[in-house]
Amino acid sequence: MQYGYYPGCSLERNAGAYHESTMAVAGVLGLQFTEVDDWNCCGATEFFSVNQMQAYALTGRNLALAADQFAPKPALPVIPVEVAEPPQLVAPCSACYLNLSKVDRYLASSPELAAKVNTALDAGGLHYDPGSLRVRHLLDVMVNDAGYDAIAARVQRALTGLRVAPYYGCLVVRPGFQGQFDDPEYPTTLDKLMRVLGAKVVDFPLKAHCCGGHMTQISEEVALELLRRLLKNAADYQADVIVTLCPMCQLNLDVFQRAVNRRFGTNFNLPVLFFTQLMGLAFGLAPERLGIGKEFVASRPALAKIGTSVEVEQERAVGKRAKQRNDQSLPMPYMPEEEER
Amino acid sequence: MGASKKPARGSVFFREVVGATAVDPHLEACLQCGTCGGSCPSGNDMEHTPRTLFAMIAAGMRETVLRSNTPWYCVSCYYCMERCPQEVHITDVMYTLKRLAIKEGFSRQSSAAQAPAFSETFMEHVERYGRSFELGLITRYFLRHRPLDTVKIAPIGAGMLRRKRFDLTPRKIRQIEQLQAILARADELERNAYRV
Repeated sequence: MQYGYYPGCSLERNAGAYHESTMAVAGVLGLQFTEVDDWNCCGATEFFSVNQMQAYALTGRNLALAADQFAPKPALPVIPVEVAEPPQLVAPCSACYLNLSKVDRYLASSPELAAKVNTALDAGGLHYDPGSLRVRHLLDVMVNDAGYDAIAARVQRALTGLRVAPYYGCLVVRPGFQGQFDDPEYPTTLDKLMRVLGAKVVDFPLKAHCCGGHMTQISEEVALELLRRLLKNAADYQADVIVTLCPMCQLNLDVFQRAVNRRFGTNFNLPVLFFTQLMGLAFGLAPERLGIGKEFVASRPALAKIGTSVEVEQERAVGKRAKQRNDQSLPMPYMPEEEER
Repeated sequence: MGASKKPARGSVFFREVVGATAVDPHLEACLQCGTCGGSCPSGNDMEHTPRTLFAMIAAGMRETVLRSNTPWYCVSCYYCMERCPQEVHITDVMYTLKRLAIKEGFSRQSSAAQAPAFSETFMEHVERYGRSFELGLITRYFLRHRPLDTVKIAPIGAGMLRRKRFDLTPRKIRQIEQLQAILARADELERNAYRV
């Protein structure tokens, strides 16, 4: 199957592991991802906070470029192009996915806004007709287009014994500007995917709660508390690893885990991997091809449970530190006794 | 925009907020149920819950609303918007309040005073290169706006570099002039929208 692919800035470097593992896994499953030529940043949440029209125009350029590049070419001149399904654009990053799908839907709902955005795009010789693309998240494509059966058929080394906390974050299942492929409050597609790979999926009540996005850069007070809740929840259910589908979630939970431990006197030691990395391991691909080893919190002890050895030198976990803030500020769900191993 | 097609309703400030939001946010439909505040992950740290803020907008309390830290603590997770029984576009309203607060200069005095600086630094890089440049963003943002916190973020930056998760130089898109022309035209449209 053919898809347009919008990697987004994070996947170029800080989440390079997500890009590498996505490409490796797509190759195994026969999904063809063609990158949008000369794409620009989606603007994240920053442009909307400062300059609304620039925010729409920025994403408008990406949509216009993709619609042009992937426009269906009629196989026979007699078949009008209109009957064809719109080309599909896949984004692995939750924020990129949200911006692309939101801007396309908002332009479709407001001809006045679409006219303004096209006035801006015209300055660069571009034009976009809303609805010319179907924007989808990578997880949706994996589970619904490739499908659980095809994925199961490729498993060579099941993730038996690995306890996985499936973390969806906020934007993939909410607010569903282009239709929801999963429940917005208690999604389960990633759970099923991990079970197909042979992993033990732990209950994770906060699985669709927000990681705080850019708040680590603005207010540590707010950001670290959001991260603490998520880490505590996964640790309470005795997860070996948190699996995610968003570069921002991975960065926050992984890179700032040490800061959470410092602030709250906790001792969390939870590696955070992308779902495509675990798919790749289950498919028998080498860890180096999947970008494993770039995490701040070492995944080696967790992956040793499934017989994968990580060669890259990884740092040791931080020790227990003095508590600086009460870590019981809000009661959170804990693992019921009957589920304990 | 959307407000112009409906009979004028609410305070002058209410109409200003709706008018400055590109797609009608259905703010008049808010029935003060509080589902938004109850769902908000950072609601605990907000000076006013979204529900309170919307009541204040309807009452025309412009300056109090624009000085509130609430919009700046919105993490854009859309939980409230998903759950809102009236389909109010709450996240979009928060973005509008951020823009109005920046325009009035109120944002610098709130407890999230650094948020606009972070956004603007992010935007500078995108306008120059077409893509985000994380090392440049973090370096410039901290040195320029939070110099005393640089020691806190430096180990993280070093760790990112060691793991090859930061680029040393920015990646520029090929047609950067095209993007800059589009953004310049969009900025003109943005200014005109507020002049009305």
